[in-house]
Amino acid sequence: MILTFKYAKMWLKSQLEYRTSFILLCIGQFFVPFFVFIGLYLLFDRFENLAGWSFSEVAFLYGTIHIAFSISEALVRGFDSFSGLIMSGNFDRILVRPRSTALQVLGSKFEFTRIGRLIQGVLIFSWAIQNIDVQWTALKLICAFGMIIGGVFIFSGLFIIFATFSFWTIQGLEIANIFTDGGREMSQYPLSIYAKPVQKFFTYVVPFALVNIYPLNFILERPGYTHILYAFIPYVGILFIFPALLFWSFGVKRYKSTGS
Amino acid sequence: MKWYVSLLKLRVFQGLQYRTAALAGVATQFFWGAISIMVFLAFYGDTPQINGFTKEHLITYIWLQQSFLVFIVLWLRDSELFELIRTGNIAYELCRPLNIYGYWYTKLLSTRLSGALLRCIPLLLVAFIMPGPYGLNLPASPKLAILFIITLLFGVLINVALSMFIYISVFVTLSPMGSLLIFSVIGEFFSGLILPIPLMPEPLRNVVLLLPFRYTGDLPFRIYSGNLTEVEMLWGICIQLFWLLALPLLGNHLMNKALKRLVVQGG
Repeated sequence: MILTFKYAKMWLKSQLEYRTSFILLCIGQFFVPFFVFIGLYLLFDRFENLAGWSFSEVAFLYGTIHIAFSISEALVRGFDSFSGLIMSGNFDRILVRPRSTALQVLGSKFEFTRIGRLIQGVLIFSWAIQNIDVQWTALKLICAFGMIIGGVFIFSGLFIIFATFSFWTIQGLEIANIFTDGGREMSQYPLSIYAKPVQKFFTYVVPFALVNIYPLNFILERPGYTHILYAFIPYVGILFIFPALLFWSFGVKRYKSTGS
Repeated sequence: MKWYVSLLKLRVFQGLQYRTAALAGVATQFFWGAISIMVFLAFYGDTPQINGFTKEHLITYIWLQQSFLVFIVLWLRDSELFELIRTGNIAYELCRPLNIYGYWYTKLLSTRLSGALLRCIPLLLVAFIMPGPYGLNLPASPKLAILFIITLLFGVLINVALSMFIYISVFVTLSPMGSLLIFSVIGEFFSGLILPIPLMPEPLRNVVLLLPFRYTGDLPFRIYSGNLTEVEMLWGICIQLFWLLALPLLGNHLMNKALKRLVVQGG
Protein backbone atom coordinates (compact mmCIF):
# COMPACT_ATOMS: atom_id res chain seq x y z
CA MET A 1 0.00 0.00 0.00
CA ILE A 2 2.76 2.42 0.97
CA LEU A 3 4.63 1.34 -2.12
CA THR A 4 1.63 2.18 -4.29
CA PHE A 5 1.57 5.70 -2.89
CA LYS A 6 5.27 6.10 -3.57
CA TYR A 7 4.77 4.98 -7.16
CA ALA A 8 1.86 7.37 -7.51
CA LYS A 9 3.76 10.30 -6.05
CA MET A 10 6.66 9.66 -8.36
CA TRP A 11 4.40 9.63 -11.41
CA LEU A 12 2.60 12.77 -10.36
CA LYS A 13 5.91 14.59 -10.04
CA SER A 14 7.18 13.37 -13.37
CA GLN A 15 3.97 14.29 -15.18
CA LEU A 16 3.98 17.76 -13.66
CA GLU A 17 7.39 18.35 -15.17
CA TYR A 18 5.72 18.91 -18.54
CA ARG A 19 3.34 21.44 -17.12
CA THR A 20 1.77 22.94 -20.25
CA SER A 21 1.22 19.55 -21.80
CA PHE A 22 -0.24 18.29 -18.52
CA ILE A 23 -2.68 21.16 -18.23
CA LEU A 24 -3.72 20.93 -21.87
CA LEU A 25 -4.31 17.21 -21.48
CA CYS A 26 -6.42 17.82 -18.40
CA ILE A 27 -8.46 20.41 -20.27
CA GLY A 28 -8.88 17.98 -23.14
CA GLN A 29 -9.94 15.24 -20.75
CA PHE A 30 -12.50 17.65 -19.40
CA PHE A 31 -13.93 18.76 -22.71
CA VAL A 32 -14.03 15.50 -24.66
CA PRO A 33 -16.76 14.01 -22.48
CA PHE A 34 -18.25 17.41 -21.76
CA PHE A 35 -19.20 17.87 -25.39
CA VAL A 36 -20.89 14.49 -25.27
CA PHE A 37 -22.84 15.79 -22.32
CA ILE A 38 -23.84 18.91 -24.25
CA GLY A 39 -25.07 16.58 -26.99
CA LEU A 40 -27.08 14.72 -24.37
CA TYR A 41 -28.59 17.95 -23.11
CA LEU A 42 -29.58 18.98 -26.63
CA LEU A 43 -31.17 15.61 -27.23
CA PHE A 44 -33.32 15.98 -24.11
CA ASP A 45 -34.10 19.51 -25.17
CA ARG A 46 -35.44 18.10 -28.42
CA PHE A 47 -37.17 14.93 -27.25
CA GLU A 48 -37.97 15.72 -23.58
CA ASN A 49 -37.45 12.19 -22.34
CA LEU A 50 -35.60 9.01 -23.17
CA ALA A 51 -38.07 6.14 -23.12
CA GLY A 52 -39.53 7.60 -19.91
CA TRP A 53 -36.24 8.54 -18.25
CA SER A 54 -35.67 12.18 -17.43
CA PHE A 55 -32.59 14.27 -18.10
CA SER A 56 -31.51 14.43 -14.45
CA GLU A 57 -31.78 10.64 -14.12
CA VAL A 58 -29.57 10.07 -17.13
CA ALA A 59 -27.20 12.82 -15.96
CA PHE A 60 -26.93 10.98 -12.65
CA LEU A 61 -25.91 7.76 -14.39
CA TYR A 62 -23.60 9.74 -16.61
CA GLY A 63 -21.87 11.36 -13.64
CA THR A 64 -21.32 8.13 -11.73
CA ILE A 65 -19.96 6.16 -14.66
CA HIS A 66 -17.57 8.93 -15.68
CA ILE A 67 -16.24 9.32 -12.13
CA ALA A 68 -15.75 5.57 -11.92
CA PHE A 69 -14.07 5.37 -15.31
CA SER A 70 -11.67 8.24 -14.71
CA ILE A 71 -10.57 6.94 -11.32
CA SER A 72 -10.07 3.49 -12.73
CA GLU A 73 -8.21 4.74 -15.80
CA ALA A 74 -5.91 6.94 -13.69
CA LEU A 75 -5.04 4.13 -11.29
CA VAL A 76 -4.95 1.09 -13.52
CA ARG A 77 -3.36 2.78 -16.52
CA GLY A 78 -0.32 0.53 -16.03
CA PHE A 79 -2.41 -2.43 -17.14
CA ASP A 80 -3.88 -0.51 -20.04
CA SER A 81 -0.42 0.12 -21.47
CA PHE A 82 0.88 -3.25 -20.31
CA SER A 83 1.48 -4.66 -23.79
CA GLY A 84 4.36 -2.19 -24.06
CA LEU A 85 6.08 -3.87 -21.11
CA ILE A 86 5.70 -7.26 -22.75
CA MET A 87 6.93 -6.09 -26.13
CA SER A 88 10.04 -4.44 -24.74
CA GLY A 89 10.80 -7.43 -22.53
CA ASN A 90 10.74 -5.21 -19.45
CA PHE A 91 8.27 -7.53 -17.77
CA ASP A 92 11.20 -9.86 -17.05
CA ARG A 93 12.61 -7.26 -14.72
CA ILE A 94 9.35 -7.10 -12.85
CA LEU A 95 9.33 -10.86 -12.40
CA VAL A 96 12.64 -10.92 -10.56
CA ARG A 97 11.66 -8.30 -8.01
CA PRO A 98 10.37 -9.46 -4.62
CA ARG A 99 6.93 -7.87 -4.93
CA SER A 100 3.72 -9.06 -6.52
CA THR A 101 3.56 -8.58 -10.29
CA ALA A 102 0.12 -7.01 -10.20
CA LEU A 103 1.30 -4.33 -7.80
CA GLN A 104 4.33 -3.49 -9.89
CA VAL A 105 2.40 -3.28 -13.13
CA LEU A 106 -0.10 -1.09 -11.34
CA GLY A 107 2.76 1.17 -10.33
CA SER A 108 4.30 1.18 -13.79
CA LYS A 109 2.05 4.07 -14.77
CA PHE A 110 -0.44 6.44 -13.21
CA GLU A 111 -2.25 8.86 -15.45
CA PHE A 112 -3.12 11.99 -13.51
CA THR A 113 -4.42 13.90 -16.49
CA ARG A 114 -7.64 11.96 -16.03
CA ILE A 115 -8.47 14.48 -13.36
CA GLY A 116 -10.06 16.53 -16.15
CA ARG A 117 -12.64 13.84 -16.80
CA LEU A 118 -13.04 13.30 -13.08
CA ILE A 119 -13.86 16.97 -12.53
CA GLN A 120 -16.51 17.01 -15.23
CA GLY A 121 -17.95 13.78 -13.82
CA VAL A 122 -18.10 15.25 -10.33
CA LEU A 123 -19.70 18.47 -11.58
CA ILE A 124 -22.41 16.62 -13.45
CA PHE A 125 -22.89 14.17 -10.61
CA SER A 126 -23.41 16.95 -8.06
CA TRP A 127 -25.77 18.77 -10.36
CA ALA A 128 -27.76 15.60 -10.96
CA ILE A 129 -27.94 14.65 -7.28
CA GLN A 130 -29.62 17.97 -6.51
CA ASN A 131 -31.96 18.02 -9.46
CA ILE A 132 -33.04 14.41 -9.63
CA ASP A 133 -36.52 13.89 -8.24
CA VAL A 134 -35.48 11.87 -5.19
CA GLN A 135 -35.81 12.12 -1.41
CA TRP A 136 -32.24 11.31 -0.43
CA THR A 137 -31.77 8.96 2.52
CA ALA A 138 -28.58 7.53 3.99
CA LEU A 139 -29.28 4.22 2.30
CA LYS A 140 -29.70 5.82 -1.09
CA LEU A 141 -26.47 7.76 -0.70
CA ILE A 142 -24.69 4.52 0.20
CA CYS A 143 -26.15 3.07 -2.96
CA ALA A 144 -25.05 6.04 -5.10
CA PHE A 145 -21.56 5.86 -3.63
CA GLY A 146 -21.51 2.15 -4.34
CA MET A 147 -22.24 2.82 -8.01
CA ILE A 148 -18.93 4.65 -8.21
CA ILE A 149 -16.97 2.07 -6.20
CA GLY A 150 -18.46 -0.85 -8.09
CA GLY A 151 -17.81 0.91 -11.38
CA VAL A 152 -14.15 1.49 -10.51
CA PHE A 153 -13.69 -2.21 -9.80
CA ILE A 154 -15.50 -3.37 -12.92
CA PHE A 155 -13.45 -1.11 -15.17
CA SER A 156 -10.23 -2.07 -13.38
CA GLY A 157 -11.10 -5.74 -13.79
CA LEU A 158 -11.60 -5.18 -17.52
CA PHE A 159 -8.26 -3.41 -17.86
CA ILE A 160 -6.54 -6.29 -16.05
CA ILE A 161 -8.26 -8.95 -18.15
CA PHE A 162 -7.26 -7.32 -21.42
CA ALA A 163 -3.74 -6.73 -20.18
CA THR A 164 -3.52 -10.45 -19.45
CA PHE A 165 -4.46 -11.27 -23.03
CA SER A 166 -1.30 -9.57 -24.19
CA PHE A 167 0.71 -12.39 -22.60
CA TRP A 168 -0.45 -14.37 -25.61
CA THR A 169 -1.04 -11.74 -28.24
CA ILE A 170 2.00 -9.56 -27.33
CA GLN A 171 0.25 -6.58 -28.90
CA GLY A 172 -2.55 -4.82 -27.12
CA LEU A 173 -6.06 -5.65 -28.25
CA GLU A 174 -8.00 -2.85 -29.79
CA ILE A 175 -11.15 -4.89 -29.23
CA ALA A 176 -10.73 -4.09 -25.53
CA ASN A 177 -12.09 -0.63 -26.26
CA ILE A 178 -15.51 -2.12 -26.85
CA PHE A 179 -15.68 -3.14 -23.23
CA THR A 180 -13.90 -0.24 -21.55
CA ASP A 181 -14.73 2.85 -23.61
CA GLY A 182 -17.79 1.16 -25.05
CA GLY A 183 -18.97 0.06 -21.63
CA ARG A 184 -18.62 3.59 -20.38
CA GLU A 185 -20.51 5.14 -23.29
CA MET A 186 -23.20 2.54 -23.00
CA SER A 187 -23.76 2.78 -19.28
CA GLN A 188 -24.27 6.52 -19.50
CA TYR A 189 -27.82 5.53 -20.34
CA PRO A 190 -30.17 3.18 -18.51
CA LEU A 191 -29.44 -0.31 -19.87
CA SER A 192 -33.16 -0.92 -20.38
CA ILE A 193 -33.16 1.11 -23.61
CA TYR A 194 -30.97 -1.43 -25.42
CA ALA A 195 -31.90 -4.59 -27.27
CA LYS A 196 -32.29 -7.68 -25.08
CA PRO A 197 -29.05 -9.50 -26.05
CA VAL A 198 -27.01 -6.39 -25.28
CA GLN A 199 -28.72 -6.04 -21.91
CA LYS A 200 -28.07 -9.67 -21.04
CA PHE A 201 -24.42 -9.46 -22.01
CA PHE A 202 -23.82 -6.42 -19.86
CA THR A 203 -25.66 -7.96 -16.94
CA TYR A 204 -24.29 -11.50 -16.81
CA VAL A 205 -20.92 -11.33 -18.56
CA VAL A 206 -19.68 -7.83 -17.82
CA PRO A 207 -21.87 -6.75 -14.93
CA PHE A 208 -22.42 -3.08 -15.71
CA ALA A 209 -26.09 -3.50 -14.80
CA LEU A 210 -25.00 -3.74 -11.15
CA VAL A 211 -23.92 -0.11 -11.20
CA ASN A 212 -26.55 1.05 -13.65
CA ILE A 213 -30.15 0.02 -13.84
CA TYR A 214 -30.59 -1.83 -10.52
CA PRO A 215 -29.29 0.88 -8.19
CA LEU A 216 -31.00 3.58 -10.26
CA ASN A 217 -34.33 1.83 -9.90
CA PHE A 218 -33.73 1.49 -6.18
CA ILE A 219 -32.88 5.16 -5.77
CA LEU A 220 -36.00 6.12 -7.73
CA GLU A 221 -38.08 3.69 -5.63
CA ARG A 222 -39.42 1.94 -8.70
CA PRO A 223 -41.84 -0.89 -7.81
CA GLY A 224 -40.07 -4.20 -7.41
CA TYR A 225 -36.78 -2.56 -6.51
CA THR A 226 -37.56 -1.27 -3.02
CA HIS A 227 -35.93 -4.14 -1.09
CA ILE A 228 -33.15 -2.90 1.16
CA LEU A 229 -30.64 -5.30 -0.40
CA TYR A 230 -30.79 -3.39 -3.68
CA ALA A 231 -28.92 -0.57 -1.93
CA PHE A 232 -25.88 -2.81 -1.71
CA ILE A 233 -26.08 -4.38 -5.12
CA PRO A 234 -23.52 -2.02 -6.71
CA TYR A 235 -20.95 -3.26 -4.20
CA VAL A 236 -21.24 -6.71 -5.75
CA GLY A 237 -19.34 -5.17 -8.68
CA ILE A 238 -16.22 -5.25 -6.51
CA LEU A 239 -16.20 -9.03 -6.87
CA PHE A 240 -15.49 -8.64 -10.58
CA ILE A 241 -11.86 -7.88 -9.73
CA PHE A 242 -11.26 -11.40 -8.36
CA PRO A 243 -11.69 -13.45 -11.53
CA ALA A 244 -9.68 -10.75 -13.28
CA LEU A 245 -6.78 -11.13 -10.86
CA LEU A 246 -7.05 -14.90 -11.04
CA PHE A 247 -6.81 -14.72 -14.82
CA TRP A 248 -3.85 -12.41 -14.42
CA SER A 249 -1.88 -14.83 -12.25
CA PHE A 250 -2.73 -17.60 -14.70
CA GLY A 251 -1.29 -15.41 -17.46
CA VAL A 252 1.86 -14.65 -15.48
CA LYS A 253 2.49 -18.39 -15.07
CA ARG A 254 2.19 -18.91 -18.81
CA TYR A 255 4.44 -15.99 -19.65
CA LYS A 256 7.21 -16.56 -22.16
CA SER A 257 9.62 -13.71 -22.57
CA THR A 258 9.92 -12.01 -25.95
CA GLY A 259 13.43 -10.70 -25.64
CA SER A 260 16.92 -11.54 -24.61
CA MET B 1 1.51 16.40 -59.64
CA LYS B 2 2.77 13.07 -60.99
CA TRP B 3 4.98 12.76 -57.93
CA TYR B 4 2.10 13.19 -55.58
CA VAL B 5 -0.03 10.63 -57.40
CA SER B 6 2.63 7.95 -57.26
CA LEU B 7 3.33 8.81 -53.64
CA LEU B 8 -0.36 8.46 -52.90
CA LYS B 9 -0.54 5.08 -54.61
CA LEU B 10 2.51 3.81 -52.77
CA ARG B 11 1.20 4.91 -49.40
CA VAL B 12 -2.27 3.54 -49.96
CA PHE B 13 -0.85 0.11 -50.72
CA GLN B 14 1.34 0.36 -47.67
CA GLY B 15 -1.68 1.21 -45.55
CA LEU B 16 -3.62 -1.73 -46.93
CA GLN B 17 -1.17 -4.08 -45.20
CA TYR B 18 -2.61 -3.40 -41.77
CA ARG B 19 -5.58 -5.69 -42.14
CA THR B 20 -5.80 -7.16 -38.65
CA ALA B 21 -5.75 -3.75 -37.04
CA ALA B 22 -8.52 -2.68 -39.40
CA LEU B 23 -10.58 -5.72 -38.49
CA ALA B 24 -10.41 -4.77 -34.83
CA GLY B 25 -11.48 -1.29 -35.84
CA VAL B 26 -14.43 -2.71 -37.73
CA ALA B 27 -15.64 -4.60 -34.67
CA THR B 28 -15.33 -1.52 -32.46
CA GLN B 29 -17.11 0.71 -34.93
CA PHE B 30 -19.85 -1.81 -35.47
CA PHE B 31 -20.50 -1.96 -31.74
CA TRP B 32 -20.41 1.82 -31.55
CA GLY B 33 -22.84 2.19 -34.41
CA ALA B 34 -25.27 -0.33 -32.97
CA ILE B 35 -25.22 1.32 -29.54
CA SER B 36 -25.72 4.82 -30.95
CA ILE B 37 -28.63 3.67 -33.07
CA MET B 38 -30.33 2.07 -30.07
CA VAL B 39 -29.86 5.23 -28.01
CA PHE B 40 -31.22 7.51 -30.72
CA LEU B 41 -34.12 5.22 -31.48
CA ALA B 42 -35.00 5.22 -27.79
CA PHE B 43 -34.96 9.00 -27.89
CA TYR B 44 -37.17 9.07 -30.97
CA GLY B 45 -39.72 6.76 -29.37
CA ASP B 46 -42.92 7.37 -31.32
CA THR B 47 -41.80 10.65 -32.88
CA PRO B 48 -41.83 10.05 -36.63
CA GLN B 49 -39.41 12.82 -37.64
CA ILE B 50 -37.47 15.86 -36.43
CA ASN B 51 -36.85 18.67 -38.95
CA GLY B 52 -37.61 16.22 -41.74
CA PHE B 53 -35.04 13.79 -40.36
CA THR B 54 -36.70 10.39 -39.96
CA LYS B 55 -35.56 7.28 -38.13
CA GLU B 56 -34.48 5.75 -41.46
CA HIS B 57 -32.41 8.84 -42.24
CA LEU B 58 -30.86 8.59 -38.81
CA ILE B 59 -29.91 4.93 -39.13
CA THR B 60 -28.34 5.54 -42.53
CA TYR B 61 -26.50 8.53 -41.09
CA ILE B 62 -25.01 6.54 -38.21
CA TRP B 63 -23.95 3.53 -40.29
CA LEU B 64 -22.31 5.75 -42.90
CA GLN B 65 -20.56 7.70 -40.16
CA GLN B 66 -19.12 4.51 -38.74
CA SER B 67 -18.21 3.08 -42.14
CA PHE B 68 -16.36 6.20 -43.23
CA LEU B 69 -15.18 7.26 -39.80
CA VAL B 70 -11.59 7.66 -40.96
CA PHE B 71 -12.85 10.24 -43.46
CA ILE B 72 -14.42 12.49 -40.87
CA VAL B 73 -12.54 12.31 -37.57
CA LEU B 74 -9.73 14.70 -36.86
CA TRP B 75 -8.03 12.69 -34.11
CA LEU B 76 -6.53 10.24 -36.57
CA ARG B 77 -2.88 11.15 -36.29
CA ASP B 78 0.39 10.35 -37.93
CA SER B 79 2.82 10.23 -35.01
CA GLU B 80 5.68 9.99 -37.50
CA LEU B 81 5.12 13.60 -38.52
CA PHE B 82 4.98 14.80 -34.92
CA GLU B 83 8.22 12.99 -34.22
CA LEU B 84 9.83 14.66 -37.22
CA ILE B 85 9.00 18.07 -35.82
CA ARG B 86 9.94 17.21 -32.25
CA THR B 87 13.24 15.50 -32.98
CA GLY B 88 14.38 17.93 -35.63
CA ASN B 89 14.48 15.30 -38.35
CA ILE B 90 12.25 17.62 -40.29
CA ALA B 91 15.50 18.99 -41.69
CA TYR B 92 15.59 15.97 -44.01
CA GLU B 93 12.06 16.61 -45.13
CA LEU B 94 13.00 20.12 -46.11
CA CYS B 95 15.71 18.77 -48.36
CA ARG B 96 13.18 16.97 -50.54
CA PRO B 97 12.39 18.58 -53.87
CA LEU B 98 8.70 18.65 -53.01
CA ASN B 99 6.48 21.21 -51.36
CA ILE B 100 6.33 19.98 -47.79
CA TYR B 101 2.65 20.88 -47.41
CA GLY B 102 1.78 18.88 -50.49
CA TYR B 103 3.97 16.01 -49.38
CA TRP B 104 2.41 15.73 -45.93
CA TYR B 105 -1.06 16.29 -47.31
CA THR B 106 -0.61 13.34 -49.67
CA LYS B 107 0.73 11.19 -46.86
CA LEU B 108 -2.22 11.93 -44.59
CA LEU B 109 -4.70 11.49 -47.42
CA SER B 110 -3.33 8.06 -48.26
CA THR B 111 -3.67 6.90 -44.64
CA ARG B 112 -7.32 7.87 -44.68
CA LEU B 113 -8.01 6.31 -48.07
CA SER B 114 -6.48 2.96 -47.18
CA GLY B 115 -8.12 3.03 -43.75
CA ALA B 116 -11.54 3.62 -45.27
CA LEU B 117 -11.04 1.05 -48.02
CA LEU B 118 -10.28 -1.62 -45.45
CA ARG B 119 -13.06 -0.75 -43.06
CA CYS B 120 -16.01 0.43 -45.10
CA ILE B 121 -16.68 -2.75 -47.06
CA PRO B 122 -17.17 -5.15 -44.14
CA LEU B 123 -19.03 -2.50 -42.17
CA LEU B 124 -21.38 -1.61 -45.01
CA LEU B 125 -22.04 -5.27 -45.72
CA VAL B 126 -22.99 -5.98 -42.14
CA ALA B 127 -25.06 -2.80 -41.97
CA PHE B 128 -27.01 -3.84 -45.09
CA ILE B 129 -27.94 -7.22 -43.69
CA MET B 130 -28.79 -6.01 -40.19
CA PRO B 131 -32.28 -7.14 -39.22
CA GLY B 132 -35.41 -5.02 -39.31
CA PRO B 133 -35.17 -1.46 -38.06
CA TYR B 134 -31.38 -1.44 -37.76
CA GLY B 135 -30.54 -2.14 -41.39
CA LEU B 136 -28.94 0.29 -43.83
CA ASN B 137 -30.94 1.11 -46.96
CA LEU B 138 -29.58 1.59 -50.45
CA PRO B 139 -29.14 5.17 -51.71
CA ALA B 140 -32.42 6.84 -52.55
CA SER B 141 -31.57 7.01 -56.28
CA PRO B 142 -28.59 6.32 -58.60
CA LYS B 143 -28.11 10.05 -59.11
CA LEU B 144 -27.83 10.52 -55.36
CA ALA B 145 -25.40 7.63 -55.12
CA ILE B 146 -23.05 9.38 -57.55
CA LEU B 147 -23.42 12.70 -55.77
CA PHE B 148 -22.74 10.90 -52.49
CA ILE B 149 -19.45 9.52 -53.73
CA ILE B 150 -18.35 12.88 -55.14
CA THR B 151 -19.19 14.82 -51.98
CA LEU B 152 -17.65 12.12 -49.80
CA LEU B 153 -14.35 12.45 -51.66
CA PHE B 154 -14.48 16.24 -51.49
CA GLY B 155 -15.18 15.76 -47.79
CA VAL B 156 -12.05 13.75 -47.11
CA LEU B 157 -9.99 16.33 -49.00
CA ILE B 158 -11.41 19.06 -46.75
CA ASN B 159 -10.80 16.95 -43.68
CA VAL B 160 -7.13 16.36 -44.49
CA ALA B 161 -6.70 20.10 -45.07
CA LEU B 162 -8.23 20.68 -41.64
CA SER B 163 -6.04 18.12 -39.93
CA MET B 164 -2.95 19.76 -41.47
CA PHE B 165 -3.54 22.67 -39.10
CA ILE B 166 -2.89 20.36 -36.16
CA TYR B 167 0.54 19.50 -37.54
CA ILE B 168 1.28 23.14 -38.27
CA SER B 169 0.38 24.09 -34.71
CA VAL B 170 2.95 21.62 -33.41
CA PHE B 171 5.68 23.84 -34.88
CA VAL B 172 4.66 26.35 -32.25
CA THR B 173 3.69 24.15 -29.30
CA LEU B 174 6.03 21.18 -29.90
CA SER B 175 3.57 18.88 -28.14
CA PRO B 176 0.72 17.58 -30.28
CA MET B 177 -1.54 16.41 -27.48
CA GLY B 178 -3.18 19.69 -26.58
CA SER B 179 -4.08 20.96 -30.01
CA LEU B 180 -5.00 17.48 -31.13
CA LEU B 181 -7.50 17.10 -28.30
CA ILE B 182 -9.05 20.52 -28.54
CA PHE B 183 -9.17 20.48 -32.33
CA SER B 184 -10.69 17.05 -32.52
CA VAL B 185 -13.28 17.68 -29.83
CA ILE B 186 -14.55 20.80 -31.54
CA GLY B 187 -14.39 19.15 -34.94
CA GLU B 188 -16.19 16.08 -33.71
CA PHE B 189 -19.03 18.09 -32.29
CA PHE B 190 -19.47 20.38 -35.29
CA SER B 191 -19.24 17.57 -37.83
CA GLY B 192 -22.22 15.87 -36.24
CA LEU B 193 -20.39 12.88 -34.82
CA ILE B 194 -21.75 13.35 -31.31
CA LEU B 195 -25.17 14.60 -32.25
CA PRO B 196 -26.42 14.41 -35.86
CA ILE B 197 -26.70 17.95 -37.16
CA PRO B 198 -30.41 17.79 -38.10
CA LEU B 199 -31.18 17.12 -34.42
CA MET B 200 -29.42 20.25 -33.22
CA PRO B 201 -31.43 23.34 -32.28
CA GLU B 202 -31.87 26.01 -34.94
CA PRO B 203 -29.26 28.60 -33.77
CA LEU B 204 -26.57 25.96 -33.42
CA ARG B 205 -27.34 24.57 -36.87
CA ASN B 206 -26.82 28.02 -38.37
CA VAL B 207 -23.38 28.17 -36.78
CA VAL B 208 -22.55 24.69 -38.03
CA LEU B 209 -23.39 25.66 -41.61
CA LEU B 210 -20.73 28.36 -41.49
CA LEU B 211 -17.96 26.03 -40.32
CA PRO B 212 -16.09 23.61 -42.57
CA PHE B 213 -16.52 20.53 -40.35
CA ARG B 214 -20.02 19.65 -41.46
CA TYR B 215 -19.01 19.36 -45.09
CA THR B 216 -16.83 16.33 -44.47
CA GLY B 217 -19.51 13.87 -43.42
CA ASP B 218 -22.90 15.36 -42.74
CA LEU B 219 -23.44 16.59 -46.29
CA PRO B 220 -22.62 13.35 -48.16
CA PHE B 221 -24.52 11.20 -45.66
CA ARG B 222 -27.67 13.22 -46.02
CA ILE B 223 -27.37 13.27 -49.79
CA TYR B 224 -27.20 9.47 -49.64
CA SER B 225 -30.46 9.15 -47.75
CA GLY B 226 -32.24 11.81 -49.81
CA ASN B 227 -32.70 14.08 -46.82
CA LEU B 228 -31.66 17.23 -48.69
CA THR B 229 -33.40 19.25 -51.40
CA GLU B 230 -31.76 19.99 -54.77
CA VAL B 231 -30.95 23.55 -53.72
CA GLU B 232 -29.41 22.45 -50.44
CA MET B 233 -27.28 19.90 -52.25
CA LEU B 234 -26.02 22.38 -54.83
CA TRP B 235 -25.24 24.97 -52.19
CA GLY B 236 -23.47 22.32 -50.13
CA ILE B 237 -21.23 21.34 -53.03
CA CYS B 238 -20.40 24.98 -53.77
CA ILE B 239 -19.38 25.56 -50.17
CA GLN B 240 -17.36 22.36 -50.25
CA LEU B 241 -15.45 23.71 -53.24
CA PHE B 242 -14.85 26.97 -51.42
CA TRP B 243 -13.31 25.22 -48.38
CA LEU B 244 -11.40 22.93 -50.68
CA LEU B 245 -9.58 25.95 -52.06
CA ALA B 246 -9.40 28.16 -48.98
CA LEU B 247 -8.12 25.67 -46.41
CA PRO B 248 -5.03 24.39 -48.27
CA LEU B 249 -4.11 27.95 -49.29
CA LEU B 250 -4.28 29.13 -45.71
CA GLY B 251 -2.52 26.02 -44.45
CA ASN B 252 0.30 26.34 -46.94
CA HIS B 253 0.75 29.98 -46.03
CA LEU B 254 0.87 29.28 -42.30
CA MET B 255 3.23 26.40 -42.80
CA ASN B 256 5.68 28.48 -44.79
CA LYS B 257 5.53 31.10 -42.08
CA ALA B 258 6.25 28.51 -39.40
CA LEU B 259 9.09 27.02 -41.43
CA LYS B 260 10.74 30.39 -41.79
CA ARG B 261 10.96 30.71 -38.04
CA LEU B 262 12.05 27.12 -37.62
CA VAL B 263 15.44 26.52 -36.08
CA VAL B 264 16.69 22.96 -36.17
CA GLN B 265 19.14 22.18 -33.42
CA GLY B 266 21.79 19.53 -33.35
CA GLY B 267 24.14 18.09 -35.88
